[in-house]
Amino acid sequence: MDLSLSETELAFRDEARAWLAANVPAEPLPSMDTAEGFVAHQEWEARLAEARWSVVSWPREVGGREASLVEWVLFEEEYHRAGAPGRVSQNGIFLLAPILFDHGTPEQQQRFLPSMATGERIWAQAWSEPEAGSDLASLTSSARRDEDRGGWLLNGQKTWSSRAAFAHWGFGLFRSDVAAERHRGLTYLLFPLDAPGVTVRPIAQLDGEAGFAEIFLEDVFVPDADVLGAPGDGWRVAMSTAGNERGLSLRSPGRFCAAADRLVELYRNRSGFETGARAPSSTTGGDHHRDRVVDAWIAAQAYRLYTWGTVTRLAAGGDVGAAGSVNKVFWSELDIALHETALDLLGPEAEVESAWLDGYTFSLSGPIYAGTNEIQRNIVAERILGLPKEPRGAAR
Amino acid sequence: MRFELTDDQRDFGASLDRLLAGADTVAVARAWAADDTAPGLALWKRLAEQGVTSLAVPDSGATPVDLVVAFEALGRHAVPGPWVESAAYAPIALGEDISEQVVTAAVAPHVPYALDADVADRVLSVRDGALLDATAGERRTSVDRTRRLFEVAPGESAPAGDLVAAFDSAVLATSAQLLGCGERLLDDAVAYVKQRRQFGREIGSYQAVKHALADVRIALDFARPLVLGAALAGTTRTRDVAAAKVACADAAYLASRTALQVHGAVGYTAELDLSLWITKVRALVTAWGTPTHHRGVVLASLLDGGAA
Ligand SMILES: Cc1cc2nc3c(=O)[nH]c(=O)nc-3n(C[C@H](O)[C@H](O)[C@H](O)COP(=O)(O)OP(=O)(O)OC[C@H]3O[C@@H](n4cnc5c(N)ncnc54)[C@H](O)[C@@H]3O)c2cc1C
Repeated sequence: MDLSLSETELAFRDEARAWLAANVPAEPLPSMDTAEGFVAHQEWEARLAEARWSVVSWPREVGGREASLVEWVLFEEEYHRAGAPGRVSQNGIFLLAPILFDHGTPEQQQRFLPSMATGERIWAQAWSEPEAGSDLASLTSSARRDEDRGGWLLNGQKTWSSRAAFAHWGFGLFRSDVAAERHRGLTYLLFPLDAPGVTVRPIAQLDGEAGFAEIFLEDVFVPDADVLGAPGDGWRVAMSTAGNERGLSLRSPGRFCAAADRLVELYRNRSGFETGARAPSSTTGGDHHRDRVVDAWIAAQAYRLYTWGTVTRLAAGGDVGAAGSVNKVFWSELDIALHETALDLLGPEAEVESAWLDGYTFSLSGPIYAGTNEIQRNIVAERILGLPKEPRGAAR
Repeated sequence: MRFELTDDQRDFGASLDRLLAGADTVAVARAWAADDTAPGLALWKRLAEQGVTSLAVPDSGATPVDLVVAFEALGRHAVPGPWVESAAYAPIALGEDISEQVVTAAVAPHVPYALDADVADRVLSVRDGALLDATAGERRTSVDRTRRLFEVAPGESAPAGDLVAAFDSAVLATSAQLLGCGERLLDDAVAYVKQRRQFGREIGSYQAVKHALADVRIALDFARPLVLGAALAGTTRTRDVAAAKVACADAAYLASRTALQVHGAVGYTAELDLSLWITKVRALVTAWGTPTHHRGVVLASLLDGGAA
């Protein structure tokens, strides 16, 4: 067992660190959930891509540098430590790309991956529906066969689709066989958000910005070439990324370690005592604040080390499996704890717009998206602890 | 980078587990609590033969990771005796191989009493940073009846090794022991809720029960890497073992509270073996530095050295 890095890994990290130090915008970009900010973030993606930092783990032909999993984590640590912008392309590169690599045809890979790497085409995940949230397999949006044109006609409504207000393409699940059992009969389809029959209605989130949207589909034609995996096999294909989303790719430890470091800085600044002092002053709220700062920092460390364990297992050919659910509950609660603690330290200033406040608002959605924490706890209890399944009502 | 136990480390843990599972450690612990220390000392010998008392001996070839592996097993099986003191603290505090002896220590102010001083070949005491030989004094009663605590009367000063490193080693071992206790509590709770039925179904099929146990799983899963990380830590060792102790104490304590709750009234009995671990966790939470002390260590290190 060892945690040391190889020469190559250290060199990779130093290269990333140097590039980020020279290139991360001095001023934070405007929110990616505004028209102006979206474009600014796309430009940042293009700059990353030009230097081959946008998708480090991908093959070179499609814009990557074939970085190992360890290097990917190191890159993420550097990225967040440098305070670099959020990834407007994250749905594509973290959620869709792994599926394209595993299940896409070579033609699809060629057609979609390069523009994803450059941030030219931004993707939205169209899974949830108004009546199908946690029980995703109950979705009813349909894909009807159109033999004449060699494709499918989409109808229905998707919702809570992040970035869809400005994104270019969507990926989602549709019921292609109403007669089949509910997990069967689903097909994974890709479609342009400006196709005829698509209406996107932005939805303002808690912070007032249109971070997500609903998508109405009326006889939207999708050619066979844009089916991902086999028709009817959509559930299996989709679930192969759900583990990813919860497990590792979506929330690498770098962001929590960087936030924890900033929290310690905030505590240092707010506490009004000299470096090295041992006792908290009255302005810091005393032991209560102190304990929460330390606990958040410890949890971020735990997350970082836990991730190295995951990386070791993946590198040895294992998969994340149900452990992704353990991970998801932990990072989402950690994110909230980090930000709540920061707001507490800020005192009456906490309600005034700040990066901490933005981070806090966003953290509140963590226990909801990527499968709610209640559902994750069910998975941990049933698949890891082996507890009896919940009795279910009649499905559909 | 390979942040998983090696096959050798795994095998070592598995062989200790097998030995302990076959040794009726519950009976040993109950006897120990009743001052019948013979079975415990016999088990001590067997574990010493497996190398457990040499794990922190300088130049023994064992690593702190091996120490962690062993102490998790000791915790899982509720093995009584001054193991932390003898196997993790004393060899480093004295800077010599004392693996043939049973040694215990009171280290002021964090460890006020010496565990099982009446059966120890040697009793140590640290006051104001100085190491002294000591003798056992008055007996105190621990929440964990298998922890037989003694006041100590300091005597001659003893040649000391690295007392700070020794304390860190004891904190690391205690953290691992807590982890083992937590794992055992979770295992027993899971087994129980699969079999106990109320309202016509296994209580483990109710979400309130499931989610509580899932939270224990999550807490333990994220405490373990801190312990292993601390075992591998270099210059940040004092901070990292402190962080590990805080997380393990929290996780094991959550495990104990949850295990008690899902057992209902039977969990509240001393007859049920579960009680051994519930009380042990409570004792270990404050042993070798309270959570408040260790949080202070972490914070001081972060403020001194910068957060990175
Ligand atoms: C910020 C944000 C971004 C999102 N982005 C996307 C996106 O890009 N694409 C997309 O498709 N979706 C997205 N979602 C939607 C998200 O995946 C769903 O919100 C989530 O799956 C929960 O579904 P729901 O909102 O319908 O809640 P419901 O399923 O109605 O659940 C409501 C509450 O009931 C609980 N509950 C439900 N079933 C059970 C059960 N069996 N046991 C215990 N409790 C239960 C839930 O845990 C929750 O607390 C996003 C959501 C948010 C908040």
